[in-house]
Amino acid sequence: MPVDDGLVGRSFPPTAAYEVTTEHVRTFAAATGGRYDGGPVPPTYPIVLLFRAMQDFLDAEQLPLHRIVHGEQRFAYQRPVVDGDVLTATLTVSSVRSIGGNDVIATTSEITDADDRLVCIANATLVHRGEDA
Amino acid sequence: MNLQPQTFTLTRADLVAYAEASGDHNPIHQDDEVARSVGLPGVIAHGMYTLALAGRAVTSWYPDGEVVSLGAKFVAPVVVPPEGEVEVEVFGEEKGADDDGLLTVALTVLSGGSKVLGVPKAVVRPAP
Repeated sequence: MPVDDGLVGRSFPPTAAYEVTTEHVRTFAAATGGRYDGGPVPPTYPIVLLFRAMQDFLDAEQLPLHRIVHGEQRFAYQRPVVDGDVLTATLTVSSVRSIGGNDVIATTSEITDADDRLVCIANATLVHRGEDA
Repeated sequence: MNLQPQTFTLTRADLVAYAEASGDHNPIHQDDEVARSVGLPGVIAHGMYTLALAGRAVTSWYPDGEVVSLGAKFVAPVVVPPEGEVEVEVFGEEKGADDDGLLTVALTVLSGGSKVLGVPKAVVRPAP
């Protein structure tokens, strides 16, 4: 089922506020073979929050996760994320293209802190693999 | 300027730990049958796992620097066998600073000798 291109420009509701804890950043760092001793978190850590925003989007559009492959991901930071931050992500669909039976969905998410200041812009492309792809 | 290449290894167990830590429980990272059902060769690493390794390389090169941006396209899957491990190599080349002192680092990320990330790049504010 092709993705509706009426999605372009739509923003989805912000995620619930997410608190960055030292313990969880340690778990995340250890899962990729690293360690965390406080201060700025690993540069891909905000995927934890972003994944929630993506999952909310997929659920809203009834797109099954197992048909999704990550195509591209970029993080642009206004400031480093540190433990104790309370963050929220808001996802907007920026484009939808159909390539070879797959839908390529480009998204931009704004990650803001408890003071509603922009912390990071995360651009992600999600490839929805079609039945015949 | 070329930076010291970094080599990492990963296993299926690492993917399980990463799924738990990141919240991404997509079964294509756990279950060969599901992965094959959507046309993949078998269980593949989360693209974000590979990008996290690229991030580890960057922070090892600039331990007191600030990563201002990091990103890549996921151009080829890192297929992770049921037993044993797979290697991911990260190479970096510092491209010099812009007017604000920000360094661009062009990355090359290989697994099994092939590029798995497309135009992987980091921008770093070096330690003062």
